Amino acid sequence: MTSVHSLEVKQLAYAYPDGTQALFGVDLSIARGERVALLGPNGAGKTTLVMHLNGILTAGHGSVAVAGTPVRKDTLKEIRQRVGLVFQDPDDQLFMPTVRDDVAFGPANAGLRGEELDRVVKDALDRVGMLEAADRPPHHLSFGQRRRVAVATVLAMAPEILVLDEPSSNLDPAARRELAEILRSLEVTVLMVTHDLPYALELCERSLILSGGVIAADGPTRELLADTELLAAHRLELPYGFAIPAV
Amino acid sequence: MGAGHHHRLYLPGDSVVHRLPPQCKLLAVLAFAVVVVATPRERFWAFAGYAVLLLAVAVVARVPPGYVARRMAIELPFVVFAFLIPIIGMGERTTVLGLSLSVPGLWAAWNILAKATLGVIASVLLAATTEPRVILIGAQRLRLPSLLVQIAMFMLRYLDVIVDEMRRMRVARESRGFAARDFRQIPVIARSAGALFIRSYERGERVHLAMLSRGYSGQMPIIQDISASARQWSAALALPAVALAVLGLAL
Repeated sequence: MTSVHSLEVKQLAYAYPDGTQALFGVDLSIARGERVALLGPNGAGKTTLVMHLNGILTAGHGSVAVAGTPVRKDTLKEIRQRVGLVFQDPDDQLFMPTVRDDVAFGPANAGLRGEELDRVVKDALDRVGMLEAADRPPHHLSFGQRRRVAVATVLAMAPEILVLDEPSSNLDPAARRELAEILRSLEVTVLMVTHDLPYALELCERSLILSGGVIAADGPTRELLADTELLAAHRLELPYGFAIPAV
Repeated sequence: MGAGHHHRLYLPGDSVVHRLPPQCKLLAVLAFAVVVVATPRERFWAFAGYAVLLLAVAVVARVPPGYVARRMAIELPFVVFAFLIPIIGMGERTTVLGLSLSVPGLWAAWNILAKATLGVIASVLLAATTEPRVILIGAQRLRLPSLLVQIAMFMLRYLDVIVDEMRRMRVARESRGFAARDFRQIPVIARSAGALFIRSYERGERVHLAMLSRGYSGQMPIIQDISASARQWSAALALPAVALAVLGLAL
């Protein structure tokens, strides 16, 4: 292997303290610049896997590496800089009194101050089209706007990989399309955790299916979604009336 | 700028008082309150002097009297309490408008009313000229324990979210035919309160995860630092200084 992968997960297994095993040996790697969807039904272990990517949970067995750096206690600070996690509920992610302060939180923790911090914040808000909202409290934004600001909060940390947990949930059709346009415009590796299959098809060339705590399938999104039997075996299905458009 | 969305205590403006750094204003209000509380209750002229000082601040800050008056409603419970003291008080009695009132009680009531009113007006003026989050930056500058400042900050951010959640729970209860009419319904309300507590607690855990994910290590980073010049400090501290002079004259 010549180039370093943005994300490399090897034989990752994890059991919760109460004994419930959630992951049974997950293997996956994502090249730099790729946009990959992680599909799976509820309870497949998607969230557990995501929690391992920035070291909130530590591997029971196996390893996770981000841009070649293994996720370990002593590398946590660096890892959290490099993995930008966007949570499902933007109210969990936006905890500061104003949008500007929130976007500044990550870079300020990394030691940025003054003009440099200002520039990073402006740039991140600009990339998601929310620059005008900089001085507003998050509570006064629409849900779609809050999700965009949540993306900006992690973009400001210049992450190696952006991990989005159900990015399209609770968005109205227009907000959903706007977010898709933003995600497509970002030049960053993306791992998108979702069960919104059309959204995965729209944004990601490649998809992984996580089911029963292992990667059950890995391939071009178009091919996976065309395989009705494969989808059915993992409690996934396309929405009513939806057909994979011809290329 | 995000116009139109302000905290209901804050009155947007660009006066000298608005522009003073928050730490100066906080300390000034605190020192003023100490001087007021330390004033013996018999020195009527001193209290009149303090009131004139606050009036001057309000004029400079362009805060209308009606605005201050409406926000003083918070003092009402104390006012009621103060009015009760002379009626239930002991000791020497006097008759006012046919009511037998206790003299020490009257003094105590006056003491509470005068000092509380001055303190509340000073606080309302501070809140009218300083955004809540900026007050917290001031508190941080004054080296208040960072944990307390963080708790206040999260309260500011999540109060609306929690009130929203509470409203949704009420709508859900009422949609299923519940109406809070008398005491027998208290258990239902209590269970809702418990559920709200658990939801908020779980949200707290998720927020903590989000903070850790962005490099939080126990200390809030200083994002917006507001430093104060010697001139700004002296402008703000002029209020307690003059109050102290008034006290000196009255003694």
